[in-house]
Amino acid sequence: MPAPTRRDEAWRYSDIAAVESAWPLATPENIIVPVGGHYARTIVQETGSIHQIDIAIGKGATAAIHILNIGGNYGRVELNVTLHEGADFKLGGVQIGGNTQTLEIITTVTHAEPKATSSQIVRSVLADTATGTYLGKVAVARDAQLTDSVQSVKAMLLDRSATANAKPELEIYADDVKCAHGCAIGELDPMGLFYLQARGLAPADAKKLMLQAFVAGVFEGAVDEEMLTEAALKKLGELV
Amino acid sequence: MLQITNLHATVGDKPILKGLTLSLNAGEIHAIMGPNGAGKSTLGYVLSGRPGYEVTDGEVTFNGQNLLDLEPHERAAAGLFLGFQYPVEIPGVSNVQFLREALNAQRKHRGEAPLSGAEFLKVAREQAGALGMDMDMLKRPVNVGFSGGEKKRNEMVQMGIIDPALAILDETDSGLDIDALRIVGDGINRIMRKPDKAVLLITHYQRLLDYVKPDFVHVLADGRITRSGGPELALELERDGYKELAA
Repeated sequence: MPAPTRRDEAWRYSDIAAVESAWPLATPENIIVPVGGHYARTIVQETGSIHQIDIAIGKGATAAIHILNIGGNYGRVELNVTLHEGADFKLGGVQIGGNTQTLEIITTVTHAEPKATSSQIVRSVLADTATGTYLGKVAVARDAQLTDSVQSVKAMLLDRSATANAKPELEIYADDVKCAHGCAIGELDPMGLFYLQARGLAPADAKKLMLQAFVAGVFEGAVDEEMLTEAALKKLGELV
Repeated sequence: MLQITNLHATVGDKPILKGLTLSLNAGEIHAIMGPNGAGKSTLGYVLSGRPGYEVTDGEVTFNGQNLLDLEPHERAAAGLFLGFQYPVEIPGVSNVQFLREALNAQRKHRGEAPLSGAEFLKVAREQAGALGMDMDMLKRPVNVGFSGGEKKRNEMVQMGIIDPALAILDETDSGLDIDALRIVGDGINRIMRKPDKAVLLITHYQRLLDYVKPDFVHVLADGRITRSGGPELALELERDGYKELAA
């Protein structure tokens, strides 16, 4: 299979040169969560790599994935998730990039059977000429009634030269489902920054505090919550 | 303590302050009154260094230092506190965390040791208690979901914790009911009515001055101090309005 180009929707915003040099990719990692099982995983992408993971979540099982995507010039985490009856999938993702970094979280979440739930929260903080992308497709099969799916995607641009791409996508074939998605791209509130500075915080510390608040909550309940939060703060400190 | 001389300032190229001169000594409380659009809030923002408020002429010294040379956080560390007319909501940042960081940043700037978590909480609890605010509120995100009155009370709790030398209070009385007005007034007296401190009260109305007795009252109109006097001036303004005075 040839390397993808920008014409491939899933690679449209990617660092194509980096993708080509990594091509061909290894076979995606394959995870099967058995009926009634619980799976939790932390992924810290800090070297510049492409992770592809296929996850099948069995009946009544749960999977929680937390991603901190911060390192290398090109870092991509791609999840392909299939939910069976009554299964639950949770994603908490944070991408923090500066310089010329390109960081991506790409998900395809398929509700193959009824009553499954999925929740995806992704926060990106981008400085300099960095690019952060979230492409999230939720597919609901014809029989997957009572699906409950939510996507919340927000990006904060620290410089006008940074880029955020966010594309939640729904493909629904069932008629009794709940699929919510929200998306926002913004800048730090200048009045908030001034307020913090007027109380004594140096500009960088004021920014860091507001960014910390922006990504807070994503890692709540993660098995490695403390490590993830600390690593995120460290990276934020390098950007402000 | 604060010496403002012939201050001119613009906001987005529009001249707002046009030669304002004012001097505050330690131990004094000054009230600035004036009609809408006279430049009262601009004065507070210029003194605290808000971006976009450009000084085009004049001087401001604060305890002998050129205030206008300092960044907003350096002005705070030097002892200046601005009580905001519209305190800003900052989702996700807890009051306690923010105040402790802010206070310790100021202390570090002054070469003082930081307060530990326990030391800080003791001070915060005292100040919140004195202003009738419970600690749970202080742990919530800064001003998020607070009523107008709670926001103003929170400003006073912050002032109590930070314990500044000079407080510029921009319409701290607006949005307060009678009881809250008294609590806030008592707070200002308790925290700031000291021989080594000074207050610049920016207000529209006499009513806050019933609780916080000013030593001097100034009328700010069209970017300048047009009249100064004692507390009786505020009563005169309340009776006759600003129009009479401007004429």
